Amino acid sequence: MIKKIIALLLTTVLVLTLAVGCTSKTGKVTIGMITDTGGLGDQSFNDSAWEGLGRAEKELGIERKVLESESADDYLPNLTSFAEEKMDLIIGVGYLFDKSMETASKQFPDQKFAIIDAVVNAPNVASLTFKEEEGSFLVGVIAGLATKTNKIGFIGGMKSPLIQKFEYGFRAGIKAVNPNAEVFVNYADSFEDAAKGKEIALVQHEKGADIIYHAAGGVGVGLIEAAKEKGFWAIGVDKDQSALAPKNVLCSMIKRADNATYYVAKAIKEGKFEGKVYTYGLKEEGVDYSDKAGNLTKELKDAAEKYKKAIIEGKIVVPKTKEEFEKFEAPKL
Amino acid sequence: MERDSKLKTFVENIKFPLLAILLSFLIGALFIIWTGNNPLVAYGALLSGSLGGLDRFGQTLLKTTPLIFTGLAVSFAFRCGLFNIGAEGQYVIGALTTVAAGYIFNSIFGDLPRFIFIPLVMLAGALGGALWAAIAGFLKSKLGVHEVITTIMLNYTSIHVSNFFVRTALNPSTLEGTTQKAYTVLLPESARLTQLKEIIPWFGYSSVHTGIFIAIICAIIAYFILFKTTLGYEIRSVGQNSHAAEYGGISVSKNLVLAMIISGMFAGLAGATQVAGLNYKVDMAPISPGYGFTGIAVALVGKNHPLGVLASALLFGILSNGARRMQIEGIPKEVVGIIQGIIIIFIAGERIIKFVSEIRERRNRKCNVEGVN
Repeated sequence: MIKKIIALLLTTVLVLTLAVGCTSKTGKVTIGMITDTGGLGDQSFNDSAWEGLGRAEKELGIERKVLESESADDYLPNLTSFAEEKMDLIIGVGYLFDKSMETASKQFPDQKFAIIDAVVNAPNVASLTFKEEEGSFLVGVIAGLATKTNKIGFIGGMKSPLIQKFEYGFRAGIKAVNPNAEVFVNYADSFEDAAKGKEIALVQHEKGADIIYHAAGGVGVGLIEAAKEKGFWAIGVDKDQSALAPKNVLCSMIKRADNATYYVAKAIKEGKFEGKVYTYGLKEEGVDYSDKAGNLTKELKDAAEKYKKAIIEGKIVVPKTKEEFEKFEAPKL
Repeated sequence: MERDSKLKTFVENIKFPLLAILLSFLIGALFIIWTGNNPLVAYGALLSGSLGGLDRFGQTLLKTTPLIFTGLAVSFAFRCGLFNIGAEGQYVIGALTTVAAGYIFNSIFGDLPRFIFIPLVMLAGALGGALWAAIAGFLKSKLGVHEVITTIMLNYTSIHVSNFFVRTALNPSTLEGTTQKAYTVLLPESARLTQLKEIIPWFGYSSVHTGIFIAIICAIIAYFILFKTTLGYEIRSVGQNSHAAEYGGISVSKNLVLAMIISGMFAGLAGATQVAGLNYKVDMAPISPGYGFTGIAVALVGKNHPLGVLASALLFGILSNGARRMQIEGIPKEVVGIIQGIIIIFIAGERIIKFVSEIRERRNRKCNVEGVN
């Protein structure tokens, strides 16, 4: 019996070694994408970035490959695995890749990388960032016009330059159409704590806010829950969140990760890739507002479109820091 | 003659796991064909991805390191009859205390030499894990609360405790005055484990670190404690039959707590080496990385024997590192999960198969006897 098993094992090993090195190589431009721990099927950033590459596959004839990260410890090994395969470009989805991307870009100086939502200063890394303040400005305009109590809330995740872009963009949008509106700003110090999000939302609602916008990831789920319970408006972020509460999500500020990955794929294909910071705003269709549930009235939409056009034409420069916001004067349209 | 019989028991012991692995690969192949891929390509990618070259093997060892620790943690507790599902939480707390100790010692003593600093942070990680596990140990021995319940609950608690500290006391914004980050301060340079590629350049880009040696030493220590000391004897007696052990003059409650503490130390060390060798920080996370849960499978496949754990941790390391290349070949990584699952089912099913073969043997014997008659 033992001999038989050993023999069987050895044959299997032999057969398996035959397969070693059977890797397919095509002449196509191949782009490897690494998801964060959310993985494919997260209905959010990862899926959206993957869709963009899918479009590039169809329209530009590139080939896309994916590695899903089980935990944060996988980021660097996944980067090196792709680099070893000599991908034409490796995309890390999410700011959590910043440290490992830095290390990998030094280990593989000839490899081209791209990171979404963070800035890595290396000659071979393209940082794909968004002008969140522009999208936030538009939902700010909508909120400023739609409020009945003249009180509006904002919930941030952590007080960081990134999240403050949302805050000041949003507040500038409100200021442009409704300078007298009062804005409550709170930070949850978390991107996951839905219970805290709900708590903050309820407090803001009690103080009179009838529209609340969030830039706080999972915390925002609590906001939307509260909106559903108490019947006020929430504004979603990153993707169209109306599916969570179609009757209570007024609209959403969306970030088009798909466009970002599509553009960078195009740059690679055309040989125009540069290791610099790319920012995608309204003009580049990197951010936008979305209303899948159809809660926006025609007037609100028209106003948003009017300001969108003005931003694209450069008539309005949306502030992204406190200083810029304080100096910001909204032009009359 | 004695060596022969030892060899025989060794082969007897590993026969079944090997068969289970083989069978699960065969069944896995069916799944791969079903998804429209070639199993030879898939397994080729799996093997070359984890064993093809020293740098890839290095990545495999990197994956293996925490699994050895958590596998040891689970199997050690299991020897005492405790089902420690909380290795995950003990891992998380171990990682947290490692970062905390790194910061505290560095700010009190300045730059410590590595040979003092590294053992200090390792110890901190082990203690963190041990304390966390001790909670479940005490609840079990004093109040009779089942450890499965408490350790599962403590897993959730640990994540929230960790996130709380990452957000507040250990955040760079509190300690270094930067903007708020989603991770803790970095572990000081001199508290970090050496990466093997600094000693042996052939390890190339892989990030495997000296933690793997600490893991192997821990496996040997666990073996020594379990099989060569009175404590180990007592722990195993409690595990096999606590009433008999009590009757024999062994304190059950003391051994339960001790086994849990030692188990927690191993799990805490997993967190410590992961922080000191790879991440240098603790991230804010909605879920934990899952080494503690995989550790249960590692312990099961390794038959709760410290040296078996070494082998099975390597197997799981090979599978999960090779899964990357399989994914690059376009084969869903879930296939590896299926293979792991089938291995576990087969090994857990060992009893059933033994039972069936026993019945068959008995019947055979009966037939033989009847034949003689």
